[in-house]
Amino acid sequence: MAQMLIANRLSDGLVVFRGADGAWVESIAAGVLIRNDREANDLLEQSLVDADSNRVIDPNLIDVTEHAGARVPDAIREAIRAAGPTVAVET
Amino acid sequence: MYRYDEFDHQLVQERVAQFRRQIERRMSGELNEDQFKPLRLMNGLYLQLHAYMLRVNVPYGCLSSRQMRQLAHIARKYDRGYGHFTTRQNIQYNWVKLEDTADILADLAAVEMNAMQSSGNCVRNITADHYAGRARDEIQDPRVWCELLRQYSILNPEFSYLPRKFKIAVTGAPKDRAAVALHDIGLRMFLNDAGEPGFEVIVGGGQGRTPVIGKTIREWIEPEHVISYVEAILRIYNLYGRRDNIYKARIKILVKALGIDKYRELVEAEWLQIRDGALKIAPEERARIDAYFQPPTYESLTEQGAELDELGRADPAFGAWLRSNVADHKVVGYALVNISLKAPGKIPGDLSAQKMDAVADLADEFGWGELRVNHRQNLVLPDVRQSDLYSLWQALAKLELATANIGLVSDMIACPGLDFCALADARSIPVAQDIGLHFANSDKLQHVGNLTINISGCVNACGHHHVGNIGILGVDKRGKEFFQLTLGGSSDERASLGDRVGPGLPQSEVPDAIERIVDTYLEIREGEDESFLDTYRRCGMDVFREAVYGPEGPAKRVTPTRQVA
Repeated sequence: MAQMLIANRLSDGLVVFRGADGAWVESIAAGVLIRNDREANDLLEQSLVDADSNRVIDPNLIDVTEHAGARVPDAIREAIRAAGPTVAVET
Repeated sequence: MYRYDEFDHQLVQERVAQFRRQIERRMSGELNEDQFKPLRLMNGLYLQLHAYMLRVNVPYGCLSSRQMRQLAHIARKYDRGYGHFTTRQNIQYNWVKLEDTADILADLAAVEMNAMQSSGNCVRNITADHYAGRARDEIQDPRVWCELLRQYSILNPEFSYLPRKFKIAVTGAPKDRAAVALHDIGLRMFLNDAGEPGFEVIVGGGQGRTPVIGKTIREWIEPEHVISYVEAILRIYNLYGRRDNIYKARIKILVKALGIDKYRELVEAEWLQIRDGALKIAPEERARIDAYFQPPTYESLTEQGAELDELGRADPAFGAWLRSNVADHKVVGYALVNISLKAPGKIPGDLSAQKMDAVADLADEFGWGELRVNHRQNLVLPDVRQSDLYSLWQALAKLELATANIGLVSDMIACPGLDFCALADARSIPVAQDIGLHFANSDKLQHVGNLTINISGCVNACGHHHVGNIGILGVDKRGKEFFQLTLGGSSDERASLGDRVGPGLPQSEVPDAIERIVDTYLEIREGEDESFLDTYRRCGMDVFREAVYGPEGPAKRVTPTRQVA
């Protein structure tokens, strides 16, 4: 099972994923995929430091599965967070 | 029209400056999220699934065309070009940035609007009948009392940290269009035997996970005492309301725990001490506020009923709109016009900036630049000449805002649900869109008549599912979305809570289930004058449950979902 770190960016609230270099990125495809518990714990700890230094809010680990090369969070809530609303908004 | 006095101007400017500094301290790291969260909530700023959301107060649902244009400007400049009108007559922006929020609040202040107390454990925006001051059945304009209560409750230090949020609604008419029995305090004006106006005071109503129809705490109170009585209610709640459990903190839980008689006894004792003090509304103060809400100078017109009927026969689409979207005005020759924000397949309550501007223009052209937001997430033009109705309808049609469905099946309330809301369990909007498209046929809508469908994406019930004639509650069942149906809810003067039909259905089955309920109603109603609600109250659940689940019952159809309290 793979995991990723998800959070909201402080400045604009947008959903971001933790990248391999410690940056927070908007694209789920550019985020780092975590494959073991030790790595997950280490990265979560680093993310909490990012939260303390006010880069992001509420970083969390989520379970992710790859479907046809695309990463999709397992929980529907997180899948919607990652991909945006499932409805077309009024423009 | 609502307007700021010098105190409001100063207070709002100070508040914008204060919040600007608080945002800077948050961005610099001086404040952490736990410290900042209560501050941003007090200014209407939430963090939702995808971004920050700003809830802006529309005091008792009243807007000027100038304010609507500013809302459009904010949507364009700071958001993604649209806004969402809510069940509390407010507007929400779903995509604002923290770093822009102070500028947004400054832009709002420029048109006498704000977001203060649109969240947090305080007295929220006071809501009212959206036909206030114009309804033919009205005793008095409820906005006068709303405004007095707004001035009293805004940044009132005694009530800035209540156990939980607090919602007040006021109606000045016997027909309850403000859902007063579903509020922490509901004020319902009526005339006593001597013909004097006063208020019935209802307390402890609410929805959420513990829905309650409010109870009458005082049968009748003179209007001059209404603020002091509200203060007595708030004080007892502030003193005894629970703060240890967020789910037990609303006033409805306290009223239930103490019993209405004990609660009344405490309130009356408190009130006796304050009733003739500073909160007694002096005639000159009443007159000062009355002046805010003076009606425009109407022309002397005649009723256009026959002419409109003829136009409606010649153009059935106009006739259908006339029947469902136009309401009686107290002044001869004028009409109240509802603008539906529920076109088939659209998101209930959403409006683009472009259409906000266009609607503001129509408010100027077909009235005195005034608009209303109602709690069913639609808009109202309150002063349209009956002779202008056809022209207005044509203009609305060009904007795709002439959907003839007010009060009908496709005029659904829907909360933002799991597409936007951090609290939701299921998506409400796609369900509303499916039902809207399913019932897009205007003839069938009109044939069915008044029937409200309210959809919530979780037990917090922002979509008012408990009081929909048909309620739909989204639940999460082992990671999948299901939708429980309730029947028989109502938020009017005969308020009732819906009864659960049975286990939840997957989204794909909801429109057909609704259709079977509606068809059953059409089969068994005693004439076209018997509404769905009356038929349900006469016939009960069984016939409708069978319509949903078939004669074998629910167990054979879907896996049962958990019972929601």
